[in-house]
Amino acid sequence: MRSEAGKGLTLISPTLVYALLLLAAPLVSIVLLSFWTQNFLTIERVFTTGNYAEALTDPLYRELMLRSLRISGMVTLLTVALAFPVAYYISFHVRPDRKSLWLFLITIPFWTSYLIRVFLWRVILAYDGPVNSGLMAVGLIDEPLSWILYNANAVVITLAHAFAPFAILPIFVSLEKIDRSLLEASRDLGESKAMTFLRVTLPLAMPGVLAAVLIVFIPTVGDYVTPRLVGGSGGTMIANMIYAQIFDLNDRPMGATLAVLAMMIVAMVLLWGISRLRFWLWLADRAGGGVKGMAVALAAALAEIVALRALFVLGPALLVAGAGVIVLLALATAGSILIFLRLPKGRWGI
Amino acid sequence: MSQTNGPTLAKGQPIITLEGVQKYYGDYHALRGISAEIRAGEFFSLLGPSGCGKTTLLRAIAGFEDISGGVIRLDGRDMEGVPPNRRPTNMVFQSYAIFPHMSVAENVGFGLRRSSMSSDEKRRAVAEALEMVGLGKFGARAAHALSGGQRQRVALARALILKPKVLLLDEPLSALDKKMREVMQVELIKLQREVGITFILVTHDQEEALVMSDRIAVMFEGEIAQLDDPETLYRRPNSRRVAEFIGMMNFLPARVLPTGPGGGRIALEVAGLGPAEIEAAQCPNGANVGEAEIGVRPESLTVLYEGQGAEGGREAEGTVKEVVYYGDMTYYDILLDGAPAPVRVSMRNMPGRRVLDYGARARLAWDPRAMVLFC
Repeated sequence: MRSEAGKGLTLISPTLVYALLLLAAPLVSIVLLSFWTQNFLTIERVFTTGNYAEALTDPLYRELMLRSLRISGMVTLLTVALAFPVAYYISFHVRPDRKSLWLFLITIPFWTSYLIRVFLWRVILAYDGPVNSGLMAVGLIDEPLSWILYNANAVVITLAHAFAPFAILPIFVSLEKIDRSLLEASRDLGESKAMTFLRVTLPLAMPGVLAAVLIVFIPTVGDYVTPRLVGGSGGTMIANMIYAQIFDLNDRPMGATLAVLAMMIVAMVLLWGISRLRFWLWLADRAGGGVKGMAVALAAALAEIVALRALFVLGPALLVAGAGVIVLLALATAGSILIFLRLPKGRWGI
Repeated sequence: MSQTNGPTLAKGQPIITLEGVQKYYGDYHALRGISAEIRAGEFFSLLGPSGCGKTTLLRAIAGFEDISGGVIRLDGRDMEGVPPNRRPTNMVFQSYAIFPHMSVAENVGFGLRRSSMSSDEKRRAVAEALEMVGLGKFGARAAHALSGGQRQRVALARALILKPKVLLLDEPLSALDKKMREVMQVELIKLQREVGITFILVTHDQEEALVMSDRIAVMFEGEIAQLDDPETLYRRPNSRRVAEFIGMMNFLPARVLPTGPGGGRIALEVAGLGPAEIEAAQCPNGANVGEAEIGVRPESLTVLYEGQGAEGGREAEGTVKEVVYYGDMTYYDILLDGAPAPVRVSMRNMPGRRVLDYGARARLAWDPRAMVLFC
């Protein structure tokens, strides 16, 4: 008779082998590649951090990375903001026996290829597309809008549409889990519908919102197809640069370096963002909660963002070498981890 | 917040008036013209089997259900269109509905947000409310780390801190184990006496209703079958259905004799027991000459032992058909000679009192004052 642990390992071994071969091995090889250099047609297998130094100091890479984060951030905000009401409607207002139908309808766009959906957005947002001709027909504009295609806005619109179901589903699940008698209890204890939403529904839905943020933010940072097709030059993102390095400029190690950096930066941004959020919510509670607490936390958050922005603008001047940036990022990460260790998970589930 | 500061009415005056309250769910007629008055300061119970509409009625009073017809008046005000947050009622939910993302103190203080108290006063009020339900040291604890009984207390404190005119309790004890339930029953009665707030309890447990209530409305299929104090309800149920729902009752065929003794008294011939005389008050729906039924509680029949005799010779004989021994009590099913079905008799076990064997002959003493006549 084999042990329980042995049985478990046997059970997961096919998956484990598959995961190791197809996930871990390529990841390791990418990391390895990022420390080598390209010498015209051959790869120079000599360990060097030169690629990283270049990637972290070159303003072009920096701009693309920041733009990717900015676009993904906007996509995440837009997607979650639009997904929440939909999820709320399905959970609270759709008849129970119709909920599965609604969820099914939401996944229908997935029946079409991602590529085709992006192409369709290109048609919809085109200079002579339905949006422009429609707006002109009703007389809202005199000439076609030029800011809706081949720039960052087009990328945000297209990605927000593509990722909507990924945001709706986790939020829907967290709303479904809320015991309806809690909402009645809040009403019974004297709160209006709006205050019940703010004091009960929203905090209890936060785990779902957070999941939606992660699910949308992480893949969109590295999205390649959408910026390529609708982004124009202003909407180019880091993944397009990685592609260009590997296939156009024939510098695979540099592409690998950018890929590794993008991965690390996304991880750090999330770690940092969530830890800050936890800190601010904790601060709001400490300041007495309610409107006062919210004001205190908001002020702290704003001050921090302004300071950080200044640091980022001044950063290149202060820290010339790539090592300086690394130190900065390492410090921010250490701070985040400290917050996670010291502050318990709050009532908002963050 | 419920705009109220404790009971304003003198005890005994009606605080809730229900006038022909109707509720339809589509075609389903959940409440069929409920009319009742609930008095200030009383412990009132809505008792009935599941699906009888008792919870619907409670939720209609709380404002969670719109009624399809009739009037609910709370403290003299028609509650039509008044949302739950503007009603002077608070509720203890069946699931307790404790906010899982808040501490115990935050739960209890939830409804105080809109009050004019300073934060110090609020803190004191929360501490007092927790003290009242015996959770003085639990304020900082996370709500999800509480046991069932503690959750119930938090729910009570959270509702009572707002000093509602009426506290609504929706099967508050059904989620607790038997021991805890008995403890909480007594505590609820004490609490109600202390705060003097009108309590309306919904329950399907007749024992719970009898133990706790000043008055009980027994409901069947959306209608109140009987509204009385526990003793009247138990001693003088007005229908066979109520009698069967509240406790155990034996039914024996009886004949109302035309030659009454006069003075409002009625003469009967009861199968298995013989001739009996009862008063008009023992006939909730009148006495018509002819076939009828009498009801008698198991504890109103007494097994006679050797040498014992019944008062006035009111004895009956029969055969023991079942013996159920409970330790403190023994239940017998005895088939009386001349009766169509066995009657249940409950006897307290005492020293020197032998438990009868299955199949033995037994003599019973009975008392016509304990009978109810159903025509």
